Amino acid sequence: MARTDTKRDVVIVGLGWTGAIAGIELAKEGLDILALERGPDRSTVPDFKYPDVIDELRFGIRYGYMQRPKKSTLTIRRSLDEEAMPYRRLGSFLPGDGVGGAGIHWNGQTWRPQAQEYRLRSYVEETFGADAIPEDMTIQDWGVTAEELEPYYDRFEYMAGISGQAGVVNGETIEGGNPFEPNRSRDYPLPPLAQQPDSLHFADVARQMGYHPFPRPAANASAPHVNEYGMQLGPCNYCGFCARYGCLNYSKSSPQTCVLDALKRYENFKYRVNSEVLRVNLAEDGQTATGVTYWDAEAEEEVTQPADIVILAAYSIHNVHLMLLSGIGEPYNPQTGTGTTGKNYSYQMNGGTTMFFNDRQFNPFVAAGSSGMSINDFGMEQIDYAAEGFIGGSYMTCGHSNGQPIRGIAVPEGTPNWGAGWKQAVGEHYGHSTSLGSHGSNMSYRDCYLDLDPTYTDPHGRPLLRLTFDWKDNDICMTQFMRQRIEEIVEAMEPDSWQSSYKEDGATYDVRPYQTTHNVGGAIMGENPQTSSINRFQQAWGQHNVFVLGASSFPQNIQYNPTGAVGALAYWTTDAIVNQYLPNPGPLV
Amino acid sequence: MSHPTYLNTTRRGFLGGTAAASALALGARARAQDAPALEEYTPEYLSAAEWAFVMAATARIIPSDGDGPGAIETRVPVFIDLQLAGDFGNAADLYMEGPFKPDAPDTLGPQSPLTPAEIYRGAIERIDAACTDDYGSVFADLAPTQQDEVLSALEEGPSTSGNTSDMAEDAGGAAPNTDGSTAFGLTPELKEFFSLLVQNTKEGYFADPMYGGNAGMAAWSYIGFPGARGSYAEWVGREEDYPLGPVSISGERA
Repeated sequence: MARTDTKRDVVIVGLGWTGAIAGIELAKEGLDILALERGPDRSTVPDFKYPDVIDELRFGIRYGYMQRPKKSTLTIRRSLDEEAMPYRRLGSFLPGDGVGGAGIHWNGQTWRPQAQEYRLRSYVEETFGADAIPEDMTIQDWGVTAEELEPYYDRFEYMAGISGQAGVVNGETIEGGNPFEPNRSRDYPLPPLAQQPDSLHFADVARQMGYHPFPRPAANASAPHVNEYGMQLGPCNYCGFCARYGCLNYSKSSPQTCVLDALKRYENFKYRVNSEVLRVNLAEDGQTATGVTYWDAEAEEEVTQPADIVILAAYSIHNVHLMLLSGIGEPYNPQTGTGTTGKNYSYQMNGGTTMFFNDRQFNPFVAAGSSGMSINDFGMEQIDYAAEGFIGGSYMTCGHSNGQPIRGIAVPEGTPNWGAGWKQAVGEHYGHSTSLGSHGSNMSYRDCYLDLDPTYTDPHGRPLLRLTFDWKDNDICMTQFMRQRIEEIVEAMEPDSWQSSYKEDGATYDVRPYQTTHNVGGAIMGENPQTSSINRFQQAWGQHNVFVLGASSFPQNIQYNPTGAVGALAYWTTDAIVNQYLPNPGPLV
Repeated sequence: MSHPTYLNTTRRGFLGGTAAASALALGARARAQDAPALEEYTPEYLSAAEWAFVMAATARIIPSDGDGPGAIETRVPVFIDLQLAGDFGNAADLYMEGPFKPDAPDTLGPQSPLTPAEIYRGAIERIDAACTDDYGSVFADLAPTQQDEVLSALEEGPSTSGNTSDMAEDAGGAAPNTDGSTAFGLTPELKEFFSLLVQNTKEGYFADPMYGGNAGMAAWSYIGFPGARGSYAEWVGREEDYPLGPVSISGERA
């Protein structure tokens, strides 16, 4: 069975943050749009409503809003020599599923990269010399600048109702904000969240040590907010169920709370769920896409959907998977360094120190996803790479984003994992610990990349994506540097005891424990079609009517959570489509 | 979205046929008392021998003595039985296509061709056989100190890699205090058993009571977690004990 549907102006693959932004911005132009979402439909009511969503087992542990590996997964290996094994059960990262995508289940930490992060290779070469870059490190410039993107960050932050304290506005440093952030044109739309006693204690100590603490910028509304689409956010009630959950309170910025109900009012916009795109179809000369083919689960048939513009807006690794399956760009070859599709996958280097304060009560269940006080004194622009011997940086945050007991109660080192000692320890320590964590960059390397697996296939018979990735000395050195800085602060905070967990020399990637869902790269943006998949407008070099949105564009990972940059780039690209591409379709560079 | 179907059996098993409507009107403590004694519970998945094992093992993983409730008072074995009977036990969400390489490095994630329910079944059979060989009776009938010895040996092994099925098969019935790589003859297909058992026990202890464990929300009360209240705006920044006890998703209070 197969059918061919009527041609559309635009087909969007995936209806998360970037698909929703592209959808509404192009719908406003009157284009005829179809968005294809492979997961189910999801709305605040009924899918996130109280009290059903306050279910740690179902959503926090069994991953009710995540992709099921049975339907979609990848294989993973740590080196070119290792045999890749399927990621059979979710662990290290949790791709979202259904309408809203990962925009449903994030914590809401919303940052702007520092200016030099977009031109990292140039910055390092100019400042520290080309020798500072290890031979196997393949970092690149993005082809865009902080100044160019500022209006689009502003747009995303006001659309999403971000709560925060500006640090640098029109060149002026603002007390209480992040003095190391790139210049912004105005303050955040909402004031910062209220903070818990552990975060405030950290901020006091950090300030005394000469650091510059500020409230972590949050997509958890601190006050009511109405955005440009007329969508309304209500103030966060600190329910403590943020990451891995949909928001019960219309407080966490998401496609649902910020875009979708406004988008669905456009009659020229339609979306289909349970419709998995199998491949992008290319014209015979390969120079343009003609549309997509997807599996209509309801009709149980393949559908060919012609379109003038194809926007890949799936999760980062799935954008790359579709490109590899469709012949968009030359697959990257780690031996020769040629090809671009799948190149420069990178992740995030995090670590943390847990502190026990036996006589303090931190009520960890009182939390917004992005509660916490941060410092950025060891950011990528603050570190002398030549002196320290690594390239990278991080921000540090003290606080907690939930107090859910199955997901883990911190207990002192040496506590048994079961038995009377474990029970005693969880009773004694719940509510009396906090952590100071480092959220750091991860560089890109010649042998960290994505391609198609030679063995394993998905339910449609397509090869699974294969991820080759491991931790490298440079990034381990970075996180160990952060560990030293953090432990100095921790000692000044005077906990009863503390313990650290950072990647150490020889660390290898372990796919089992949750680390972060910040999988980036593989379809990277850049200045040169020989070294990047898409140009500075996230337009495929080889097929001008294909645009690829999301963190797959990052040539290496930033020190921050990616969603701020993903959102800003989505606005940047849709603006280019509307003002440059539609009047004159063709390569924008 | 509807709840998984096994939740219906949760209610049936847990309340023992009591009309749910009237049960919901009762306090959590009363409700827990209404549930049939664990000895009278009819498992959905576990056999009688497996049920005895899970009862005995969870009683050592979260014992009843000391501060706070144990796995038995909180009915963790019921939770585990219902989980194994449902989507979790059946690996409904997992990628289960071959080829399988169960002896791949642990750090590449679980690679067993068996579902969690099958892992429980296979591992319990082997552990009981090994206990009978070494101690003279199945795990459930051992003294608590012996049970702790067995669980500690399981925690130490099997090794992470290079352990072929045949080698492990040949070592079936090895003494529990020998090299962990051959402890209890757990083949690589079964090597995840102990970590699953501990994880599932903690899940049952702390999950919402509708899943069969955490009876009376006693585990939440013990640590001071208010459950599904879901609104604390008035308590941000206050360094005082939260004054209200937990509520469950179905509205029970403790």
